[in-house]
Amino acid sequence: MEETITQKGSSNRMKFIVGGALIVAAVIYLIVSSTQASAQYFLTIDEVVAKGDQVLDRDLRISGAVLGDTIAYDRESLSLSFKVAHVPGDNDEIEAEGGLAEALHAAATDPSRSRLQIIYEGPMPDLLQDEAQAIMTGRLGDDGIFYADELLLKCPTKYEEAVPEQVEVQQ
Amino acid sequence: MIANLGFGALTAAFLVSLYGIGASFYGMRQNKPAWVDSARNGMLLTFPLLTLSALCIIVLLATDHYEVEYVASVTSRSMPMYLKVTALWGGQAGSLVFWSWLMSAFASAVTLRKWERDREFLPWVIVVSLVTLAFFLGLNIFVENPFTRLWQFPSGQVIEKMFQPAASSLFYPRDGQGLNPLLRHPGMVIHPPMLYLGFVAFVIPYSFAIAALVTGRTDDRWIRLTRRWTLWAWMFLSLGLVLGGRWAYDVLGWGGYWGWDPVEIAAFMPWLTGTAFLHSVMIQEKRGMLKQWNMVLIILTYSLVIFGTFLTRSGVLSSVHAFAQSAVGPLFFAFIGLTFIASMSLLFHRWNDLKARAEMTSMLSREALFLLNNLLFIGILMVCFWGVIFPLISELFTGQKVTVGPPFYERANGPLMAGLLLLMAVAPLSAWGHSTIKTLGRAVWKPAVAAVSVVAAVVFSGISNLYAIIGIFLTTFVMAVTLYEFGRGAAARGRRHGENFFLALWELIKRNRRRYGGYIIHLSMAMLAIGIIGIEIFQSETQGSLRQGESLTLGEYSMTYDSLAVFDAPDNRNVARAVVSVSKDGKPVGELYPRRDFFYDSQQPMTIPGVRSTIEDDFYVLLVDWEEISTRSATFKIYHNPLVKWMWLGCWVFIFGTLVAAWPEKESGLAPVLASRKNREAAKA
Repeated sequence: MEETITQKGSSNRMKFIVGGALIVAAVIYLIVSSTQASAQYFLTIDEVVAKGDQVLDRDLRISGAVLGDTIAYDRESLSLSFKVAHVPGDNDEIEAEGGLAEALHAAATDPSRSRLQIIYEGPMPDLLQDEAQAIMTGRLGDDGIFYADELLLKCPTKYEEAVPEQVEVQQ
Repeated sequence: MIANLGFGALTAAFLVSLYGIGASFYGMRQNKPAWVDSARNGMLLTFPLLTLSALCIIVLLATDHYEVEYVASVTSRSMPMYLKVTALWGGQAGSLVFWSWLMSAFASAVTLRKWERDREFLPWVIVVSLVTLAFFLGLNIFVENPFTRLWQFPSGQVIEKMFQPAASSLFYPRDGQGLNPLLRHPGMVIHPPMLYLGFVAFVIPYSFAIAALVTGRTDDRWIRLTRRWTLWAWMFLSLGLVLGGRWAYDVLGWGGYWGWDPVEIAAFMPWLTGTAFLHSVMIQEKRGMLKQWNMVLIILTYSLVIFGTFLTRSGVLSSVHAFAQSAVGPLFFAFIGLTFIASMSLLFHRWNDLKARAEMTSMLSREALFLLNNLLFIGILMVCFWGVIFPLISELFTGQKVTVGPPFYERANGPLMAGLLLLMAVAPLSAWGHSTIKTLGRAVWKPAVAAVSVVAAVVFSGISNLYAIIGIFLTTFVMAVTLYEFGRGAAARGRRHGENFFLALWELIKRNRRRYGGYIIHLSMAMLAIGIIGIEIFQSETQGSLRQGESLTLGEYSMTYDSLAVFDAPDNRNVARAVVSVSKDGKPVGELYPRRDFFYDSQQPMTIPGVRSTIEDDFYVLLVDWEEISTRSATFKIYHNPLVKWMWLGCWVFIFGTLVAAWPEKESGLAPVLASRKNREAAKA
């Protein structure tokens, strides 16, 4: 009698273990297959320019400093074009240049940095301005232009660091 | 000086916290309750001290004290008063103080409760709360001090310091830099406090869990004590998440509400473990199972709460939300690591005491389905966690940074979320202990038929997207089951007590508030899902450049560009506001005013959509560009977002559901007292 109960208990436990394992396997499958399906290679502008043809058919995510005087916007087609300059991808390198704001400034003012033409279709983003950091996902066309599907902008200088310029000393 | 006063109060709160930790330990070791009481008083003292400190920041913000660096960095003269005051949480230093203040409020409220029956928990609850509090206060004092001032040397050099360096004088900027315009939105004013309330409230159940582990009182007492705290925490966290989505929808101007941004995910992860925890504690209460698992969940939730605060504030991951890089990162990381390892070691130490009383027997029983629900939540957590850390992992192993975007999360989480919906529909009808396909089928078939007929109607109306059909089936199934449960329960009660249906429904909910409150929350989740299905699957968009009087058509809608005005608004911004008239099926339905504000102080524009929102759909218009001066033509981008309003409506429903489930009950506390009084009176008579 007792034996049958434990046997039943263990077969029951087996059922749950198998069920749990199936779910874990399903989650792992979902994670792995989705990662493969939507991986985006994070490259710096230097790397995009250097690799060129090798990355033509890949989803890329790139980051660069916006060059303000290259921004052009066609209102009819909502087509936005601008150039970005290379900023280091590594946090330590950015810190070595004195923080993100300094790194962006250095990138935008240094003509020797590699640059990349971007085309994006959509409303003009509010934060698009000179020396903003643009983070884009999209693909490199065989014309050497990067066609962005998504455009994210950050302006680090504005809200932290930097003592305001206009001053008035009281006392 | 207000800044000195605020800093003094902050420092005092920090020292009192350290004292409280020490006193509590000493009192326990030496078995001297007076020391524990002293620690408790210290805990209570932190609240007025931090209130004073936070008030000092608010006064500085409100009265334009730009010599204080924090004030200069988050406010400017032109900002309205409500934004100046709420800039308390507009930057890193202030929001850490705000976090600590909430933490001390919650911890004080907990220490004020009656402790007679749970005396042994008290010292540990104090220790855990105060350690957490002291960590945040330490960050404020040593790394991110909101009271730091600007000092100028005769050479003209300006530095930030708390106290006056020799030969320098205070430096008064004429104006501050102002709050990021994107954050100047009512949604942004209440979104962070809600998130923080949710984060902080989860510390309370965690501290009780640790108290239970340390003292070895591992029955479900700690769960019963913290049930309401957990519910409130859950509600605030949910509200914070939805408000964040609402802000994105109203302000970010891309017609979306959620972008799987790392910071959003950071706030979503504790929600996942917290929701799993809310469900699995019920199994412990009812069946004495999953005790170890509940501990794991609450420990994870605590770590994820701290991690969430850290991610939103450190800028380690590229995100729209992270406005600064800061030195607090490594400290947060160390704190999370230490508390996680300490908690898990405690748990393993007590592992055998937490063995389950019973074993699960049936795969379709209520407890098995709850367990499955937990697995799915954890599955979603794993997906999110993987997505966030994948760039770091790939860089480590391949030297190439590879990221995953929203499609990853949508693809991997979609089936898991669908599974959760299915469980939400089936689990309420399964029985505790033992359920078979047959019993479950008998309970489920009526609502299932209702859901199938809705789906048939939807398919008949011409919708052929498979995902949409599955989604609509699941959400209507959930709603049908939930309403069926209400109806069935009320009808049964009505028959038993001879009450009419509505009275019976009222009494039913009143007497089983936790259960029916939970069902109301299930309804709200189905509503959220409807909104998500609507915007994710059926969103359509178009764009065009229009001359005045010209129209743009999208589906049944058409909009006409009437006029555009450019003017300066009093709070230092320039506004370009278009007037467009909208018609649906040829009938005019009103005007919309999409606009673009340009903030002079931060030199930044901000696009604000014009939205016509109905239960059926939202018509969402963005002003993209216009012809300067003549304003003869303007460019618009328009979105048609079906059903998205259900998401915001669902938010009200889950607030209501939480209130039903968590509102303090008078009867349960009073009933024994009343009963004993009655007995005494009966004895006297």
